[in-house]
Parts: sequence; structure tokens; C-alpha cells
Amino acid sequence: MNARERIFARLRAAPVIPAAAPPVRVCEPRQEGAALVQQFADAMSAAHAEIHFTDQEAWPRLVLRLAADKRVASLLIGKGSKEGQRLIDLHPESPRLISYDRPIGEWKAELFAAVDAGFTAARCAIADTGSLVLWPDATEPRLLSLVPPIHFVLLDAATLQPSLRSVIASEDWGRGLPTNALLISGPSKTADIQQTLAYGAHGPKQLIVLVCLS
Amino acid sequence: MKAAPLNHLPGAQFADRADAAVNDPALRTSFRGAMDFLQAKRLAQFPDAIELENLRREAEAIRRYSLSRLPELLEQLERKLTANGIVVHWAETPADANRIMLDIARRHSARLMIKGKSMVSEEVGFNHEMEAAGIEALESDMGEFIVQLAEEAPSHIIMPAIHKTKQQIAQLFEEKLPGVAYTENVDELIAIGRRVLRQKFAAADIGISGVNFLVAETGTLCLLENEGNGRMCTTVPRVHIAITGIEKVVEKLEHVPPLYTVLTRSATGQPVTTYLNLISGPRKSDELDGPDEVHLVLLDNGRSQAYHDEELRTTLQCIRCGACMNHCPVYTRIGGHAYGTTYPGPVGVIISPHLLGLAATHKLVTASSLCGACAEVCPVRIPIPRLLVRLRAESQAGAPTRHPIRGTGSAHSPWMSALWRGWALVYGRPAVYRLVSWLMSRLRLLTPRAQGAWTSCRTPMIPAPRRLRDLLAQRDAGERSSS
Repeated sequence: MNARERIFARLRAAPVIPAAAPPVRVCEPRQEGAALVQQFADAMSAAHAEIHFTDQEAWPRLVLRLAADKRVASLLIGKGSKEGQRLIDLHPESPRLISYDRPIGEWKAELFAAVDAGFTAARCAIADTGSLVLWPDATEPRLLSLVPPIHFVLLDAATLQPSLRSVIASEDWGRGLPTNALLISGPSKTADIQQTLAYGAHGPKQLIVLVCLS
Repeated sequence: MKAAPLNHLPGAQFADRADAAVNDPALRTSFRGAMDFLQAKRLAQFPDAIELENLRREAEAIRRYSLSRLPELLEQLERKLTANGIVVHWAETPADANRIMLDIARRHSARLMIKGKSMVSEEVGFNHEMEAAGIEALESDMGEFIVQLAEEAPSHIIMPAIHKTKQQIAQLFEEKLPGVAYTENVDELIAIGRRVLRQKFAAADIGISGVNFLVAETGTLCLLENEGNGRMCTTVPRVHIAITGIEKVVEKLEHVPPLYTVLTRSATGQPVTTYLNLISGPRKSDELDGPDEVHLVLLDNGRSQAYHDEELRTTLQCIRCGACMNHCPVYTRIGGHAYGTTYPGPVGVIISPHLLGLAATHKLVTASSLCGACAEVCPVRIPIPRLLVRLRAESQAGAPTRHPIRGTGSAHSPWMSALWRGWALVYGRPAVYRLVSWLMSRLRLLTPRAQGAWTSCRTPMIPAPRRLRDLLAQRDAGERSSS
């Protein structure tokens, strides 16, 4: 018998102690519309994220203005992302737009050293905990939201859900997930030195959320 | 950098270590302050006592249900993970786990492995073993990084460097990191750690992580963290190896949110962690980053022993939030290192006997006043005091018990057992009791003055010159003569 078989043999030799399947509560949305947006914004702000309200027309210029305010010289965008294209279409002088168009192995050092900010869209968001949902893919890879010190995220307010439970239920995540799915609830932080909160531990120091209201 | 595994400190010297800790005012201040802070943060997250009870019952039901179907869920998990392209390995012992990970490292000619926080990797002494094989294993969680730099072990499962002050950390950084000047500014200290470790993330060949929950239906590894180092470790290097215990599996993804919310709120009083990282496979051919290989090492190391007994099985419900240690009067006073085991505090004391055997841990199960605070805050309602009493009984057992565990009877002393049998004989028979108590009051001056632990901080017990029985008889006689 190998290790696996021995472990299973021990587990199967144990008495069967039945336990009922847990009823999982999916909280009914207590908030709707503007209240849901407010709940999301409050939770995100409490976690030290920066929230800006905008609309489908105005957000690309807002990104450029915020980038200029924060002295962002280079902004990384996903190759072929339709939101990224809106930024390219403005032909900005600054920041310099860099496309994430190569496998990480080919430009790891540059990504870690020479990129000031990253831009992604959010798939949806969760109001009660103030969390953005990202499903990184070939267009917007995983490190786009992790390595650059500033992360700009575009969120369509219409995609807001009350809770993680409701996202899993309504999008039927149980049927299968992508290789990587993320919830992001603020900039990277730590309290490992004498319980003193510090931002920018290993991931982005600043999380800037652009909420598009319809 | 060496990090000797702490799970090997002899249990026999537990009292000496506890004594030293209790008499270390700096350590006492660090822990008291941290525990008060964490207790207040947790309390603020649960303002509604009824809602808290509902959440705990729901989380407990999920863990109990998952454990009731553990073998099937592990099979389902293995099938799904394999279909997703994640390689599953099974390890019975820490040595098995290290051999599996070392084989993977050698196959990739790895020289640097970077690790996100994982208590199971501490349990198997991973860093130590890799260094013995000539591979650098570097911690990247800020607290773990500090502890590794100091050549120590974590003293808390959630906040590893809780025993250190910022002055000590400032000194440590100045001494151990080239070109770093002394600073007590926490933001600067974190920035130094960030700078040093970013180079290492980019250079590492393999990333190591733990797992908070495994989801059988989707074949997913769930990782919770605040710093982003966990995402770095699982995304930047070409190979990702996750290691965890076999008990961490749940059936459905919908079982994760209830556990996630009680975990973060109980642990650090946060409504949510900064990141929830759900990994369901290696990089696909069209993706530009993520590891090419993902491995999962599932460790038994005594967990199947706890599984075998209905009462002890509840130990495996644990989701490692650390709330029990934050509320434990013993842990608060002696800190994490005194226990000498990977997992300290109340939960450590009920888990360690299964990992290390009762022979090495029977002193630890006595390190509790049975006040019950741990059970009251446990988000999955593990009856910790009841388990402590059970483990004490197991360790003292002179005859075989119903479900013997490794080391049952190891604290048994024939002398002590004879003494209690004698006590039972005397107290169970009035005639014998009268004779013995009469003899003791006559021979009272022969009573030894050194009475072991009792006289370490109390005056010796000496029988009274006259027994209660004699005093009562005298009073009755007096009443009769006066009436």
C-alpha cells in the first residue's frame, strides 16, 4: 500500500458519524441601487481604498488626470482589453501606456522595477465587505493587479452584488472557476509589527476604484 | 539563515519555559497588549450576540458535515484537482511531505524557494529540511520574515512576530540586512521588507503556500491574506507547491463564505482580508503569467488518529483563526514559544497530541485552567475544555482505553495511581477513615514539610491536633451537659 491508500484505509476504518448537510443562507439583498453603491463605497473607503464616482463617458480622462496627480509615469494595461483601448484612443502624452503583451518570464525584472501603475476592469463587486471581483485571464493577467504600486480598477456599478454568497449563487461559481479568481478589498497591508497598520506590504500601496454610475 | 524546528522542544521542560516566560516583563507586556488589542477588534466585529451564534452554528455545521464525508470529499477533490491540472501528493508524515517537495525542487534545479505563510510547512520543519538539502527557503510574510531573520519560530499562528517590539525589529533589520539603518518607523520598516522581498519574488524558482480551504466540487485552493505575498508566491515563480492538512476540505464553494467571514472576524477583527485568492489550475497556454505547475501536498501526520474518535474528531473542525489563544489566560501569560510546539495555545494543546503523541505533550494538556473562554469564542464551536479533560484522562490511563491514541498512559505513574487507590479506600469506608484520621492527628508532627508543587508557593498541609469529628463530639457533649 502507498501513502494515499494507507491514509484512506485509516479514514475509512473510522466510525461513520452522519451530519446533516448545512443549510446555506443566501442573504437577501437588504440594500438596492444607490444604497448598495453607498455601502460598497463606505466599506472600501474604510479599507483605505480611494473611490471616485464617474460615468461611461468620463472615466478615461479621469484615469489620466488621477495618474498625473499621482505622478504615474508608466501605466500598464491589458493587451486587447476594450477598456484599455479607450485609454489608448486618448493618445495621452503622459502616462506612457505599456501593454502586458508578453509572458512574464520575458520581462519580469522590468515589470517589478519600471511600472508605476496597473489598470484593470473588475468583473463585479461585493457591497457588504467592499470587495472587487477579478477573474484574471489572457487579456488582463494576474500580476497586472499585484506588482505595480498603484492599481486603478474600473467598476460598473450595475454589477454590484450584496454579498459573496449572492455572487457565488447568482453566477453559479460552483460549476467551475477560472485558473485564478480574486477578491480584492483594499490596498495591500500588514499589521505584523506591533499591530501597527501599514499599507503597501507586498502588493499595491494604493487602490483606486472608479465606479461608473449609469 | 537557520530556523530550527520548534516542534521538537521537549515537553518535559515545559514548566521551566513557562516559568521563564512568566518572569519576562517585556514578553508579558507584548502579549498582554496584543491580546487586548485582538480581543477588542474581534468584539467590535460581532456586535449582535444572536447573529454571532447563528454564524458559529452555521460554520460548525459546515465543518461537521465536511468531516462526516471526509474520505469521499478527498476523493472528489483529487479527481477535480487532477482534471484541472493540479498534481496531488499524499504524505503520511512530515518526512514524506519534505521528500515530495524536495523531489519537485530537485527536478526543477531550484535554488531559492519563497514561501507565503503556512503553519503546516512549520509543522513539517520545511525551512530546516530544505536548508539541509542546500536550498534556500525564504519566508515572505512580514511577520514570518522577521521571525526567520531572528532565527526564531512563530509565537502565534496568525501574528508570528507578536512577541517582538518595533525596537527589537529595528535592531534586527540593522544587524541582518546590508545597508539598512536603524529606524523605528513602522512604515519604513515595512518598506525595507518590501524592497528586500520583491527582489526575491522575482528570483525565486518555486513558491510555497498553505491553504485555508479546499473546495471539492470545483477543485479549488482558497488562500486568505492581507499582504499580497501569498499572491506573489502563487503567481510569480514557475512552480507553486501548496501544502495543507487533509481536514481542510469542504464540499461546495457556497460553504466558503460562511467560514471565511467567521475566520477573518475571529482572527484579527477584520470584516474581510485584503485578498481572497482562488486557485483552480496552473497557467493555461494563452495566459501570460501564473505558475506552469501547481502541486498540492496533503498531510495526515496524526489527523486520521483524531478522526477515528467521535469526540476527538471535533479537533479537526479548526479553521486556524487563533481566537482561542487570543482569549486564553495561560497563552497570554506564557506566550507561544513556551509550548514548544508548532501550534501553541488551546488549539495547539488539543492538536499536538495527535501530531507528536501524548508522551511528548501530556504536560501541555495540563496547561489550562479550564475557564472555557476558548470554547466560547471558537467560531466552529470546538469543545476545547472537554477535549483537554479527555486528553488528560488518556495520558493518565493505566489500562487500555476505548480508542487508545499514541502515547495513551504515558503520564501514568504507578505510585500516584496507588496513592489515589489508597485515598479511595480510606474515603469509601467510614471505619477505615476514622482509624486513619485518628492516626494522622496523633502523628501530625511527622508530616513531611516539603509537599511537592503544593509547598512551592503555599504553607505545608499538616493535620489538625483534633479532628472535626472530635470537635463536634465535644460540642454535642457540652450542649447536653448545659441543657
